[in-house]
Amino acid sequence: MIRWLLLLVGGALLGGIVHLGSVMLVPRTATQDAYSRLAPSAPVNTVVPLAAPTPENEATTFMDPAFATAVCRYDLSQGALKLTVPVSQSYTSVTFYTRYDVAYYAINDRAAGRRVIELDLMTTEQRNQLPEDEDVTAADRLIVESPTLTGIIAVRALAAEPGLMPAARAALASAQCKRS
Amino acid sequence: MRLLFGSLFAFLVAAAVGLGATYLTLTRGAAFGTMSIGAWTARPKSGTADADPYARAEIARAGRLPTGIGDGVAFTAQTDDAGKPLDGRCEVVVSGVTPAARFWTMTLYTVDGSLVANSLNRYGFTSEEIVRHADGSFDMTISPRASSGNWLPTGGIEHYLLMLRFYDTAVGVSARTGREVPMPSVTTRSCP
Repeated sequence: MIRWLLLLVGGALLGGIVHLGSVMLVPRTATQDAYSRLAPSAPVNTVVPLAAPTPENEATTFMDPAFATAVCRYDLSQGALKLTVPVSQSYTSVTFYTRYDVAYYAINDRAAGRRVIELDLMTTEQRNQLPEDEDVTAADRLIVESPTLTGIIAVRALAAEPGLMPAARAALASAQCKRS
Repeated sequence: MRLLFGSLFAFLVAAAVGLGATYLTLTRGAAFGTMSIGAWTARPKSGTADADPYARAEIARAGRLPTGIGDGVAFTAQTDDAGKPLDGRCEVVVSGVTPAARFWTMTLYTVDGSLVANSLNRYGFTSEEIVRHADGSFDMTISPRASSGNWLPTGGIEHYLLMLRFYDTAVGVSARTGREVPMPSVTTRSCP
């Protein structure tokens, strides 16, 4: 009796480890995460507009239907990227996600403080290799460090009313992400 | 033989407890740093690089791109203020005021995060569209049948959730407790 009770307690303790291990493994084994959903339709290092979400069809879950969204699936293995996003009328934001959909950096038009949001995306290594003489601390050069080699940049422009959606989409159409 | 059965038993218990707990936390939702105000919950930390393993697992499983903290904060309500799950066959009223933000949007989703089909193709409201009272507060009626004012159709589905996203706001960055953040109330008025 005692023996089985001990085994039960031991099993439960082991279960705690199984639980923690499986939680940590979920992002790496998920096949329907946002990155995997976007990968087939989003070529690397190009800004792709996402179709407006509908009940039948959406690029990722929990998309905000009030926003026009475009994504750039990036791969920094060939070098750093430059992202240029013209600001739309009402509200524009740029969010950077790792390969496992963790939002590690986000900025909106007001924080960026000008007509065009310009960001340089690179890995920590690439940043360290920047030439010393280049004035990397200049305020007009915003550098974002990516913790992973690949990931997603989501650019969102708000259409405060449905009638403004074409304008929001048009603003995103000239967004660019390419090798700098 | 006893050793074999004993360890098999222990491993079975471990698998059941471990995977069961993982399943429960991912479907019911568990993460550190949850901010609860009335029926609304938000996990501002989920939109940062410091997201904990539970938040990361939930994000991957749900297949969503979370709202980054520099962009805004997303509040979810799955029940009304009394704790009753939101039912698309009932009339639910969301009323009150919202915390300071440049814009906010309210969206109705299925529990899996899809939009809900309806004849108006209306899936939510933005802060610019909503009709307010003279004092700045608003009432939003969420029901299967059309109603005057700010009507959000449910399509008659059984369970839904509401997501209230605030863009360009200090909520979640500076507010530590829910007390200084006024959130609208969620009340079930009538059920068939």
